[in-house]
Amino acid sequence: MPSPKSAYSIPTKKGKLDTHIFVVWVDNESGVLARVVGLFSGRGYNIESLAVAEVDATKNISRITIVTTGTPQVIDQIKLQLKKLVPVHKVADFKREDKNVIFKEMALLKIVAQKKKIEKCLKECKKFNPVILDKTNKSVVVQITALRREIDKMSKRLKPYGLTSTSRTGAIAMTRGAQTFK
Amino acid sequence: MSKLYTGAEIVFKCLEDQEVEYIFGYPGGAVLPIYDELKNHSSIKHILVRHEQGAGHAAEGYARSSGKPGVVLVTSGPGATNVVTALTDAYMDSVPLVCISGQVPTHLIGTDAFQECDTTGITRPCTKHNWLVKDIKELPKIMHEAFKVATTGRPGPVLIDIPKDIQFAKASYTKFKKEKKLNGIAHNKFSQNEIDQLIDLISKAKKPVVYTGGGVINSGPQASETLKEFVRLIGFPITSTLQGLGAFPGDDNQFIGMLGMHGTYEANNAMHDCDLLINIGARFDDRITGKIDEFSPKSKKVHIDIDPSSINKIIKVDLAIVGDVNEVIKSAIKKINKKQNGLKDSNKQRISKWWEQIQKWRTKDSLGFINSDKEIKPQHAVKRLYELTKNQDTFITTEVGQHQMWAAQHYKFNKPNRWMTSGGLGTMGYGLPAAVGVQIAHPDKLVIDIAGEASVLMTMQEMSTAVQYNLPIKIFILNNQYMGMVRQWQELLHEKNYSESYSEALPDFVKLAEAYGCKGIKADNPEELDFKIKEMIDYNGPVIFDCHVDPNENCFPMIPSGKPHNQMILGPNDKEENKITGKGKSLV
Repeated sequence: MPSPKSAYSIPTKKGKLDTHIFVVWVDNESGVLARVVGLFSGRGYNIESLAVAEVDATKNISRITIVTTGTPQVIDQIKLQLKKLVPVHKVADFKREDKNVIFKEMALLKIVAQKKKIEKCLKECKKFNPVILDKTNKSVVVQITALRREIDKMSKRLKPYGLTSTSRTGAIAMTRGAQTFK
Repeated sequence: MSKLYTGAEIVFKCLEDQEVEYIFGYPGGAVLPIYDELKNHSSIKHILVRHEQGAGHAAEGYARSSGKPGVVLVTSGPGATNVVTALTDAYMDSVPLVCISGQVPTHLIGTDAFQECDTTGITRPCTKHNWLVKDIKELPKIMHEAFKVATTGRPGPVLIDIPKDIQFAKASYTKFKKEKKLNGIAHNKFSQNEIDQLIDLISKAKKPVVYTGGGVINSGPQASETLKEFVRLIGFPITSTLQGLGAFPGDDNQFIGMLGMHGTYEANNAMHDCDLLINIGARFDDRITGKIDEFSPKSKKVHIDIDPSSINKIIKVDLAIVGDVNEVIKSAIKKINKKQNGLKDSNKQRISKWWEQIQKWRTKDSLGFINSDKEIKPQHAVKRLYELTKNQDTFITTEVGQHQMWAAQHYKFNKPNRWMTSGGLGTMGYGLPAAVGVQIAHPDKLVIDIAGEASVLMTMQEMSTAVQYNLPIKIFILNNQYMGMVRQWQELLHEKNYSESYSEALPDFVKLAEAYGCKGIKADNPEELDFKIKEMIDYNGPVIFDCHVDPNENCFPMIPSGKPHNQMILGPNDKEENKITGKGKSLV
């Protein structure tokens, strides 16, 4: 690298990156998702996946689940910055390795192939609660729920068997046991 | 059934309830209903600017000098986009602004209508929060919430976008109940335990330094008083960021000057060598820290701030205290007085060596410059301006560049809210409209914009505003015909390739002043300077003062970018200058 000419071009040492899952409870109002997502893009944070839907219609609360990576310092910043947004009620943040939290992602897979290959595909999917949503002579649409990296693996593995289309929800999370996050 | 009011009436009812006295604005199609209503509300005075950016900066000047939120009123489309710079500026420097913008009628939103733009979309990243009012019933609630968001916690700008049909629509108005001051309680999350830890660190430190910022000013004038008491009690040296100037008296012996890129030698060296760093209401900005990896390497760091997201953002600290600056220091003082009465004396002994060291650094006289009797040196001009105005309560605004740093270095502030400068965003063109706002808030005080000739031309049209409202602002231009700071960087970092930093066709500022209907004064030799400055001060009306200064003067000391605090380039008075400059040039 040529010698930098200004302070802006001197990066400090990069730390180790962790994957974290943020769960954000927000008022379900117009623009709220843009605020959250804009915060990430504006401050240079990364979004690996994003899932959002209203969870409480009477209180108008939406739950946003964001998978992101960053150094511990950045993860801390994300949390504090999210909390500063006016429509944000609370923010939970879990490490991906956290055993007390369930992470799940749903995927719809469309396989177009001969019967034999389809059978093979369904067999491969067995571990991930497959539900057949549609079936024809030449194709099948199957729903699976699994971890993110498991779905990554599955889509790779099923490609040769005729996987033509994948649709994924992004991860959602919930703590185990009777406790809820306050 | 309660009486129904139009949206425009509700806007004013809310402003009245919030005790707003001034709005800075510019009319246009989409806010005409609000402008139509203006005549029925005599307690609210509208200041007509010449460009919406000017409205925003004027409101900032008003807010920063008075402690009250500034209110801006602009139209849709270009009105809103023109105010974006000022909103971003206010966001970076934590200035409470409430901006009301008109919008095209709801049924036209999204159709690329005339003067339509996605105002809430554009201003989302540069406001604390913004609202698009789609239902007239929501308007009163949103208006009051907007004031609350802007003024509580870490202050900042907010925007309310009101479509034209909402301004005509009718709803009932529920009176706003003023809540008890939220600023303190809701954001004071600190515990006595943390205060104890702070006092423990204070009582052990051998080389401490207090580093204060704009948070002290934002905490209110009382915070500055508390800070003074605190710093006198513990006997530590204190330095301040650009935004914090005035919170602690600039001519006090415990004050070691501003720190950072153009801070004093003693302040930066103290930051580098200290063993305890107490940050009060500052945010470890990159102009302060220099090279992060070598920032104050030997110190325990304490950070007192109202905004939790400021903590550990750039510099990891050992003790974080989240709370209102005034409240935190007050508790600390209380504890010290109660438990550690002897602290004052024991501290003095423990840190006496440290003070000796600081005195040594002070002898470098890092703000020194070689004066001339032929040309006016810009530093000399600021010094004279200070000497000739220090006997009265003077408010200073600045533009951005060399003149801004010289003003910060050589003008000594003794009270908070007297210094308005664009620090975070560094907005050229800030000072003139800000001076308009300051003068509105303090009609009988002396308000001076220390300006550069390049910056001031960016918002020069606001002179017309000053003339319209008889605002006797003084625009003191340090005219070096260059974008001075750009020229300085090009000289030091880009092999003297002065690419586009010279202004070829500058206007005659005296004639320009006359064209605006105000007074123009020109000074170009040091002998006449004092006399002419006095003439400016004594003139009852706006003045543009064209002070021709040495075009080749650089702003020193300077920490070359990407360097730690103890490797500064000092000015021409320093004997080692050549060596350090040479090294600085090749390394930066």
